[in-house]
Amino acid sequence: MTAVTLGKGYFMKNVKENVMKYIFLLAACVSIVAVALICIFLFANGVPTIFEIGPLNFLLGKEWRPLSNTFGIFPMILGSIYVTAGAMIIGIPIGVLTAIFMSRFCPKKIYRFVKPAIELLAGIPSIVYGFFGLVVIVPIIQDLYGGNGKGILAASILLGIMILPTIINVTEASLNAVPESYYEGSLALGATHERSVFCVLVPAAKSGVLSAIILGVGRAIGETMALIMVAGNSPAIPDGILSNVRTLTSNIVMEMGYAAGLHRDALIATAVVLFVFILIIDFAFSIVKSKTTKNH
Amino acid sequence: MEKLKIDLKYHKFSLLIRLIVCIAAVLTVGALIAVVVYILAKGIPNINPAMFEWKYTSENASVVPALINTLIMVVVTLIIAVPIGIFSAIYLAEYAKRGNKLVKVIRLMAETLSGIPSIVFGLFGYLFFVIACKFDYSLLAGALTLAIMVLPTIMTTTEEALTSIPDSYREGSFGLGAGKLRTVFKVILPSAIPGILAGVILSVGRIVGETAALIFTAGSVAAVPENLLGSGRTLAVHMYVLFNEGLSMEQAYGTAVILLILVLIINLLSNLVARCLVKKNNQ
Repeated sequence: MTAVTLGKGYFMKNVKENVMKYIFLLAACVSIVAVALICIFLFANGVPTIFEIGPLNFLLGKEWRPLSNTFGIFPMILGSIYVTAGAMIIGIPIGVLTAIFMSRFCPKKIYRFVKPAIELLAGIPSIVYGFFGLVVIVPIIQDLYGGNGKGILAASILLGIMILPTIINVTEASLNAVPESYYEGSLALGATHERSVFCVLVPAAKSGVLSAIILGVGRAIGETMALIMVAGNSPAIPDGILSNVRTLTSNIVMEMGYAAGLHRDALIATAVVLFVFILIIDFAFSIVKSKTTKNH
Repeated sequence: MEKLKIDLKYHKFSLLIRLIVCIAAVLTVGALIAVVVYILAKGIPNINPAMFEWKYTSENASVVPALINTLIMVVVTLIIAVPIGIFSAIYLAEYAKRGNKLVKVIRLMAETLSGIPSIVFGLFGYLFFVIACKFDYSLLAGALTLAIMVLPTIMTTTEEALTSIPDSYREGSFGLGAGKLRTVFKVILPSAIPGILAGVILSVGRIVGETAALIFTAGSVAAVPENLLGSGRTLAVHMYVLFNEGLSMEQAYGTAVILLILVLIINLLSNLVARCLVKKNNQ
């Protein structure tokens, strides 16, 4: 009798273990399903539109006139690239140097203050950044160079600030991951602290720095709400650092609210182009990352 | 004194490096201070009692419905995302065998998810939840979209917390005769709570600040809906809409301050949790 009860209990326990195991497995597969759904829904809605408009007309068309059914997103692609490049020019040097400071030059007392500051910088919502850009950066540029102040320059400065935490965190982590023996070896050879850091540690962490930059590019190219407020948003090919610019992301947000028919589909196709950019960046990131793991 | 002179002469490079590294750090921290100070300075004078009236009208542009909607959005999103995130992490950390192909795929997908821009999530949510699932513009559609968005954060932080728990805990539990399930729920998860909490707080911050993914999923109705299938704007969307209309800029400035303060509180919380984590690890 006891044996039977024990057997039954054991059996029930086994069932429970197995059921839960599959529930865990199922939960783990949710992210696969999510990515698959995102791909399917975006591509199924966007790709036919691209072919309806004509891939060349769509990607290389220089005019975006929804009212006359002309959908060329070349200005927006250029806009996204310009703004991202500008953000990189500002964000990479400051970010990487700050990371070096935090990893090797920062006294503990200051570190306790700088680290949360960078976390906070990462936590500020992009719409609040946009507000900051609008009330601070745009008027300054207006005063210095005239015009309405909105454009590539304002957008680049703002985005440069926004990608700092991404670049700093990844770079700092990769610097900290370099074996201490590298640094000690360099010191033993008579190099100063500064020379050891810059000529030994930084080169050793270069793939980490590279992945920081790639992640930064990904963040910059996908940023939307902050850009809308400072970029000016006219859908024309920008002709200078102060000219208004519209990015792929702002194109979607600005017009999706009232678009219908082919116009709406063209906006979804814009998101497809953006998504492909992001996938390319992800791919580059995983290549860099797999190289890093091989090296260690 | 003599020594210092020599140092300077031979180590111009060192001095220069120190200088530029410090300048970079000052610029970074300066940027943060500038953002915080300017928003508070421009925003606080614009906060008035009318902003906190119970109902939204176009005159008072009250933030109260948006605040309540934000709260609902955070709760619903977490209810969806936290169990899935924790369960996935349990699978990855406790059940999957090393070198499992599926694990690689899951990691890759989580990484992909975390790299997708919020506007792409927004469009997907619009196409899938709003149109295909017929949820219409609703808090539910918004919460589901955001749940996918924060899933990788919760998953990776939980997994890190789980893998950092020493194997002796597991062995001890098994040794006492507990099964795998009991070990996971009674021994491993409780010890991983601070780490999991850190991920959850991070996600709350993202939900509160999110705009692009919500405009086309949760919509922008300025009231608290009767149920989850109604449309409602969160605080960040509220601020965007106010800016876009251009009618109540003062309230938009005020809303920026409220958002910033919320984010400050969330960050403070996460720092507290992190401190608990460090204390625990040191014990």
